[in-house]
Amino acid sequence: MTEAVFYVLAVSAVITALLCILSRSTMSAVLWLTATMLSLAAIYLLLNAEFVAAIQVLVYAGAVMVLFLFVVMLLNLSTVTTDLRGPASLAAAIVLVGLLGIQLAALWRYTPGRLAAEVAQSPALADPSALFAAGDLARREALERGVVGGVAVPLFQSYLVPFEITSVLLLAAIVGAVVLAKRRI
Amino acid sequence: MTPGMTLLGPALGLSAILFSLGVAGVVLRRNAIVLFVCIELMLNAVNLTFVALAQLHGASGQIMVFFVMTVAAAEAAVGLAIILAIFRHKQSVDLQNINLLRG
Repeated sequence: MTEAVFYVLAVSAVITALLCILSRSTMSAVLWLTATMLSLAAIYLLLNAEFVAAIQVLVYAGAVMVLFLFVVMLLNLSTVTTDLRGPASLAAAIVLVGLLGIQLAALWRYTPGRLAAEVAQSPALADPSALFAAGDLARREALERGVVGGVAVPLFQSYLVPFEITSVLLLAAIVGAVVLAKRRI
Repeated sequence: MTPGMTLLGPALGLSAILFSLGVAGVVLRRNAIVLFVCIELMLNAVNLTFVALAQLHGASGQIMVFFVMTVAAAEAAVGLAIILAIFRHKQSVDLQNINLLRG
């Protein structure tokens, strides 16, 4: 059942992503990407990451995409001609994406057992539940503290310094965006 | 093993497909805003990898997704401000017309 739902969502994510990169109008590209992000949010639910799914809908599909839509509407672009590049770029894209796709396609067949065999480098030691105890620990933590608590405790303990650095990054981004958008450059 | 664990391989495969589509979009399109949209698509594909592997490696993967989202939001804000400034200057967001740094 879970797998069937996953494959439906995966197909919808791939189709909306294809429509996103091929659609002629900028507005529909942004809206198709929003659909991709919503499919991904549902996939996160299947992968036991409920809080990330909620944040994906609120921050990504909500805030970031609305920012894109605002800019698209502000610029009022004409959609008469296509903006696809010439045949040379098409050939380059096919070669590049083909190579990348072949390399990444191997990931399709990964299972926890195979990952464990590669990490342990010997078939005798390859026991996923022993090697990846952190996953089970996190799952028990989530049951104990709730979905948000299971993510928040490590975020504000082990990852406190990166979290604070993030606030400096956001401040710099705000200042940069205001300066760039306000003055005539 | 929870039901989601069996989805590890398919989730990584889906992430690979979405990342390749994002790269294809960056190479093929000339519209600067669509370029940013494709970069967001690639960041989302990487987030899916983090979430899929977080089932094995604990909450660190999910926390990394938050950092990626923060960087993506900052990048979108600054990038779109740059596009706005360029549009006011050139009346276009076509990358063919933006060749200020070309010698």
